[in-house]
Amino acid sequence: MSSTTLSSASKEVTIGFGHPFVMIGERINPTGRKILAAEMKEGNYSRVVSDAIAQVEAGAQMLDLNAGIPLADEPAILAESIRRVQAVVDVPISIDSSIIEALEAGLEAYQGRALVNSTTGETEVLERVLPLVKKHDAAVVAISNDETGISEDPNERFKVAKKIVEHAADYGIKPEDVVVDPLVMPIGAISQAGIQVFELVRRLRRELKVNTTCGASNVSFGLPQRSGINNAFLPMLIAAGMTSAIVNPLHPELVQAIRAGDVLTGVDDGCTSWISAYKEQLKEGENPRERRRRRRA
Amino acid sequence: MSEEDDFDLNDLDDKELVEQIQDDLYDGLDSEVTEGTEILLSRGWDANDVLGDALVAGMKIVGIDFRDGILFVPEVLKCAGAMKGGMSILRPILAESAEDTSLGKFVIGTVKGDIHDIGKNLVGMMCEGAGFEVIDLGINNPVENYLEAVDTHEPVILGMSALLTTTMPYMGVVVEEMEKRGLRKDVHIMCGGAPLNQEFADSIGVPAYGRDAARSAEMAEEHVRGLGKKRAHR
Repeated sequence: MSSTTLSSASKEVTIGFGHPFVMIGERINPTGRKILAAEMKEGNYSRVVSDAIAQVEAGAQMLDLNAGIPLADEPAILAESIRRVQAVVDVPISIDSSIIEALEAGLEAYQGRALVNSTTGETEVLERVLPLVKKHDAAVVAISNDETGISEDPNERFKVAKKIVEHAADYGIKPEDVVVDPLVMPIGAISQAGIQVFELVRRLRRELKVNTTCGASNVSFGLPQRSGINNAFLPMLIAAGMTSAIVNPLHPELVQAIRAGDVLTGVDDGCTSWISAYKEQLKEGENPRERRRRRRA
Repeated sequence: MSEEDDFDLNDLDDKELVEQIQDDLYDGLDSEVTEGTEILLSRGWDANDVLGDALVAGMKIVGIDFRDGILFVPEVLKCAGAMKGGMSILRPILAESAEDTSLGKFVIGTVKGDIHDIGKNLVGMMCEGAGFEVIDLGINNPVENYLEAVDTHEPVILGMSALLTTTMPYMGVVVEEMEKRGLRKDVHIMCGGAPLNQEFADSIGVPAYGRDAARSAEMAEEHVRGLGKKRAHR
């Protein structure tokens, strides 16, 4: 059983086999969000904060934070975003950047055990990111591509993932602290993209025994009614054995589909979480415990 | 499709056939477009006219509907496949023809360190549909690749693509190198990719930022038309 434990100052979350699927909220990412990008750049974090709160209220167990804004001081903005978000919500954070200085600044600012998002299998990148992950006792997302690109062959991508896990071990990072991203390609351009990922997730779980994550919504790029594809994709990923994903929790149908996935794979024992999330709300002022007491009296 | 819908492309007159090729292109019907192209040629059409009136005009409609959200990525990829079918017939003839009505060469590639290519491919096919001869350098291109392609192909436009904030600054490296070698006056440079914006494009000295594939092709065409001559390439 592989468990990746992340934490904030006050809360632990486990990504793992047999644990509920972890939804990592994707909204705090300026790519494609012009207003958010402009605000973050000028030091206005009000939307970062409100997005953090909204995503956690919607069910996100973790948040991804990205500050990749062209011509901006990404390390400083990422670090400040982390401080602002940690001041208002207690979920662990995935620190998302492809710039090493930004990851470093983010980790310095972070309280708890973070998920570093990400390293690729490129040797040069591994050698910069892994020491940082070790130094801060963090966990790391490993993207299964290397110098040669993104292979369409799941066996090649498996090999890259294996290489990253082995490199991590050389730096003293345990396999359970490597969360592999098998890379989801747009199904509209590559019709086998779904099948490839399912196969890869099964192998990663069975043979490498690692946790997995992905940016799931990429699958529906360029298609109408993207949410329909996304909402079907997540339970299929869960069935294949994926244990977390970076998603938009502000789509209630997606959250419901993920929770249903947990019910159907038996992870949500006794359907407890499902029932507590979706049981019809009682009338105002009515509380089941009181009602029971009344009946007993 | 019912049986009555089946008909022989040979039975159509020229005008109907051109419209039918455009429709088939829109529907991504590779073999129908190829066949229609062959029929027009067999009727004595000039290859340049087949390209312009049937294929380029057809792809223009595809581009507009893609921009407006009527067509989606998988459909556009099929259209591009159908266009390729027609081009496979026309290209050898065009290469030998004295008259060249193409808009010129468009060299495109994803920059060094970046392996994303779907957006770049869409721009490439839209530009081909607009009438450019597209030379695709693929992904992960160091500056040398761009310089070599500019030298070999003498394009009117050089397009660079990046999908990562870490790789997009490399576009600036390419631009600087081109400036150093005095190549910028000969080649119009364009840039695009999800993390870019106009501000970034301006900062690297490439104001021609294409926010999506359809717009990029429009801008490329506007640039060439703006040069005031149909044959802008050297």
